[in-house]
Amino acid sequence: MDALAGIRILDFTRYYAGPQATLLLAYLGAEVIKIEGMVYPDVLRMPTTAAGLGSMKAVGAGFNSLNAGKLSITLNLQTPTGVDLAKKLVEISDVVVDNFRAGVMDKLGLGYDALKGIKHDIIVITASSHGATGPESKYSGFAATLGPLSGLSQLTGYAGGSPTILRSSMDLIPGSATTFAILAALNHHQRTGEGQFIDLSAREAISCGIGETIMDYTMNNNIQSRNGNRDDFMAPHNCYRCQGEDKWISIAVSTNEEWEALCQVMGNPEWTINKKFSDQLSRWQNQEELDILIGEWTNNYTHYEVMEMLQRAGVAAIPSFNNEELFHDPHCQERECFTPVQHPEEGQLYVLAPPWKLSATPAKVTGPAPLLGEHNEYVFGELLGIPKEEISRLAEDKVIY
Amino acid sequence: MAKKALDGVKVLELCQMVAGPYCTKLLAGLGAEVVKIEKPGCGDEARKKPPFFHDIPDSEMSGLFLYLNTSKLGITLDVGTAIGKKLFQKLINEVDILVEDTPPQTMEKLGLDYEHLKEINQRLIMTSITPFGQTGPYRNYKAYPLNAFQGGGEGYLTPSGIENIDRPPLKAGNFLGEYNSGLNAAIATLAALYWRGTSGSGQRIDISKQESLMSLNRLDMVRAANEGNIITRAKQGVAFGGILPCKDEYTVFMTWTQEQWDRMVTFMGNPEWARDEKFTDYFSRFKHGELLNALLTEWLTNYTKDELYHKGQAAGIPFGMVCTTKDLVNSEQLNARGFFVEIDHPKTGKVKYPAAPYKFSETPWIAELPAPLLGEHNEEIFNRRLGYSKEELIKLKATGVI
Repeated sequence: MDALAGIRILDFTRYYAGPQATLLLAYLGAEVIKIEGMVYPDVLRMPTTAAGLGSMKAVGAGFNSLNAGKLSITLNLQTPTGVDLAKKLVEISDVVVDNFRAGVMDKLGLGYDALKGIKHDIIVITASSHGATGPESKYSGFAATLGPLSGLSQLTGYAGGSPTILRSSMDLIPGSATTFAILAALNHHQRTGEGQFIDLSAREAISCGIGETIMDYTMNNNIQSRNGNRDDFMAPHNCYRCQGEDKWISIAVSTNEEWEALCQVMGNPEWTINKKFSDQLSRWQNQEELDILIGEWTNNYTHYEVMEMLQRAGVAAIPSFNNEELFHDPHCQERECFTPVQHPEEGQLYVLAPPWKLSATPAKVTGPAPLLGEHNEYVFGELLGIPKEEISRLAEDKVIY
Repeated sequence: MAKKALDGVKVLELCQMVAGPYCTKLLAGLGAEVVKIEKPGCGDEARKKPPFFHDIPDSEMSGLFLYLNTSKLGITLDVGTAIGKKLFQKLINEVDILVEDTPPQTMEKLGLDYEHLKEINQRLIMTSITPFGQTGPYRNYKAYPLNAFQGGGEGYLTPSGIENIDRPPLKAGNFLGEYNSGLNAAIATLAALYWRGTSGSGQRIDISKQESLMSLNRLDMVRAANEGNIITRAKQGVAFGGILPCKDEYTVFMTWTQEQWDRMVTFMGNPEWARDEKFTDYFSRFKHGELLNALLTEWLTNYTKDELYHKGQAAGIPFGMVCTTKDLVNSEQLNARGFFVEIDHPKTGKVKYPAAPYKFSETPWIAELPAPLLGEHNEEIFNRRLGYSKEELIKLKATGVI
């Protein structure tokens, strides 16, 4: 059984953030119809993206990762007939999602007011970089600029070093926030029969994840900055080098009990009884020296070995796992974190499994990402009831295109 | 009164720190009634964490706690005692959703696992958030936020694009991974709530912070499996642009396309060096990134990040800026959208809080209540809802149950 069985999502999104939002809905059992076009295909289908991702294989696998289990149709929204067909699809959908810049859907004649006129209880969400209102609503934005704008880059990096650009998470967090908002609106609809319009700002979605740091300013005028892995109380609290190339273990100690357990596993070397490390505050004050000494010990072992030894003793120690380690990791394997799908062009590709285990309605990857326009026949033929010849004619006229 | 998206939905929270409380904060903001259970005496760990209002270390004035627990009711209850367990079971009978973050098997040992709770409330949705989930060899491993973040793969990539990978991987922000796990749990919970509306049945949800984080890097995560490619923090080649210093602190911009680059050259007033053949196309610019960044920085340092952001955008170049928290609070854009709300709290008075990133036309986000004082709603819940007398309440308090 699927949690969102019977829900149909009309998906105008592209790039990363929007496709993440509808991917999660597809994993939960919604039917997601991705609207693309020959004129503006999803940028993740384009060979130019290979420059950033390194190879065409990576581009294909990346698109697959963000669009697994969705349906794809081609529809030229630059033509009036294309827009009319989009409206027909709205009639049979529950939710419309876009991540265009503010105003684009209105210009296409597909703004909320127009769609509400077609289907009174439609849920429409526009998830743009800066939101649909405000003086910067028309500004462009990408993960690389939204992380800095959200305040997160300012807080990420070594003390005294430059701020950090974060990777795809700056797109996928707003994507997840979009999914959450859609689900809330769906629950409201289920209870009341009412649709609505939701305006989501990607940069605000990220800023919500540093709420307490923002409040340090609103309460105390304190502007926080980068401070490596430092914690306000815990020490040791860092990543330490282990055997092998670029291998690290994170260790965090919060109580005296944990500290003693750590010392014991290290074989109680003499330096541990130094006054400088005798209590939590002293350890925190002398943590730079402490970090060097612990690093000298961890360097004798692999990060897996340190994890096993310390966890057995009740100390929080987890490796800085890389993507290859996670793929082969026994824990991830037992929890089936990676799902293979058979892609018609790329062969077998792995995608990440849904990040939730639901006992009654397990979320699942139902298939690979669609080829461009792969489901034109199903959507225009079966769902809209357009005869075959008409579909061919619309394709020739570059409407279904 | 405004309509609420989750009107009538009742949530019980047995969580501490960031991930679980953020999950239920998201639900509370859209109208669910959240009752937060804290340990009698000390309460949620987050109460001990800075930033404190006016830097006064008071368990009622932690900014972390205040932010994460807006619009919730707060009770104290020791579920480890026999009477506490009974009270908890009564509460379970009243709610739709339980969100808890105790280590795996804790609830089983208490006889409060899903199988038992389901007998009390057939329609219960129980969401559990733990570092590694309820199954698998690491399920009982201890992980503070730093460890959980490193275990999810994003740590290894942070800070990205650096030259010196001899320095350790880092955490992102203060609690990025934890917030994301809370959001991820809230998604699954609302999906289960929707299904319950269709089917009438509750279910059990297992959230692993590790998996929540891996899914934020879903493209990188599968590159070893699909291409044998290990992704690291190391700079690949020498990129140009990105975060660079300017007159005050840091700016950020991207020029991926030729069109954007041409606009950037015009924006800079067509400097002679920009015509150098080293910079003719993306690949040559990429190759000579170090030189290019030096030249760009020389120009950028004449302007403030604010000037560059607005003028750069007007010139059609995707500029941003590295915002401090002060920049955020003073941002015209965020203020125009009402991203900050003032919330009154008995100990701190009115303080500005970040609100929510979404505007619902029919069911707006709300912050009706400040975070609860420890045990603030004991009387409301135990006396008025569960029907315990005031005398019984005093006894429960004296024996440390509440």
